[in-house]
Amino acid sequence: MTYTKRIDGRKFDELRPVRAEIGVIPNADGSALFAFGDTVAIAAVYGPKPLHPAHMQEPDRGIIRCEYNMLPFSVAERAKPGPSRRSKEISMVTGNALSSVVDLSRFPGTVIDVQILILQANASTRCAGINAASMALAHAGIVMKEMVSSVSVGKIDDKIVVDVDKDEEDYHEGEGATDMPFTLTSRNKNIVHLQLDGKLQLQRFKESYEAAKGACDKILKYQERALKGEKINENK
Amino acid sequence: MYRNREDMEMEEEVVSENEQYENVEAEADVERKLVIPGEVIVSGDYLPGDFTRKEGNDVISNRYGLAEINGRVVRIIPISGVYEPRRGNSVIGRVEDVTFSGWIIDVGGPYSSFLSLSECPRFINKSNIEDFAIVGDIMSAKINNVKKGGIDLTIRIRGLGKLDGGRVIRINPHKVPRVIGRGGSMINMIKMKTDTEINVGQNGFIWLKGSSEGERKSEEAINMIVENSATEGLTDRIEKFLGGNQ
Repeated sequence: MTYTKRIDGRKFDELRPVRAEIGVIPNADGSALFAFGDTVAIAAVYGPKPLHPAHMQEPDRGIIRCEYNMLPFSVAERAKPGPSRRSKEISMVTGNALSSVVDLSRFPGTVIDVQILILQANASTRCAGINAASMALAHAGIVMKEMVSSVSVGKIDDKIVVDVDKDEEDYHEGEGATDMPFTLTSRNKNIVHLQLDGKLQLQRFKESYEAAKGACDKILKYQERALKGEKINENK
Repeated sequence: MYRNREDMEMEEEVVSENEQYENVEAEADVERKLVIPGEVIVSGDYLPGDFTRKEGNDVISNRYGLAEINGRVVRIIPISGVYEPRRGNSVIGRVEDVTFSGWIIDVGGPYSSFLSLSECPRFINKSNIEDFAIVGDIMSAKINNVKKGGIDLTIRIRGLGKLDGGRVIRINPHKVPRVIGRGGSMINMIKMKTDTEINVGQNGFIWLKGSSEGERKSEEAINMIVENSATEGLTDRIEKFLGGNQ
């Protein structure tokens, strides 16, 4: 049996219902919530602020200190809180993706703290986290060249799909599942983060990139609407 | 006597802060729109101003805020984010640490600031530095210099110095002009109606001192201004709020 129809009935290039909102953490300098269906992420941004210990300071630029974590109750099997191998990796790639659009030269020797929490996880958590972080950075008044938007592109059996959920990630029939998170900048569609979990033929990569471009454009629209004051909730 | 001078100085400051505000207000008929980073604000024969850049024919936003086109110049007025220190700003901060030659003061923003002993109006013996201010004290000061990696403060101007008693609340520094109002109208009204001493720092720290009821009232009024800063007829509504419950 081939994968002709997605498990949850979406079209191959359709995202799950999106939720997007800014200002969810009044204490932070900037904050945002972004959700793909049951995958919910919040992000808070503090700074730029003085960086201690001083040996971490960079004399010619500020740094972004990014932290990604899943809440213990975000998955059915309790996730042990605190940094793990996985969350450290995601923190790093997220920080790198964001650093490439933020103007860090304005405040040398400072730090911008970006904290991402996953409230609920149903695959694509890093993408939801990056989308929330990008909105939170903008909301915090950080000077940045452009926004970033992130989406996971999957090859389920032989079909290219966007915004992979947990059921698709675990698909075992046919060619199985491949998951590829893309993060693209909003204007130039540069790739600032790309990972691959599984196998993918080279000629399918271009197809995936095109799918990611289309999806990121849609996500950017949501991010823009939320930053302009709308509370988006497509769930109901 | 001293109290009067301080009040006069405060008034002067309020007016000078307000001049900036009026300059912004005077162009109220200029069209403004909320933009996000990377958005094309306008294309054609325009010049990029604050927080914008030009790519080909497009003027592009570098920051979240209100884009304003004034003649040929396009600029962005920030509405959020941490305090960006400028020389000459009057700020309020909390003493964070006492060193052998001065005080480290937290004024918010990217860098910590330093108030040197030599910037004090009267002579203070180096060995008795804690007689003047200790950790936790509130200071009203002016920014003397913004250098790479630090801010220098001064209190060698009338009306500046330690603020005794009272407490400090923090607001978004970009809303400070709104809290002060045109010619200081808003802040003076709150001061009068609540019978509270209020000192607004341009870094968004606000010092309040009065009866507990007055402090609570003025804090509520200030928060109301911050939340509804973009709406019309705010002064009337605040007046109603303060007058109605008295």
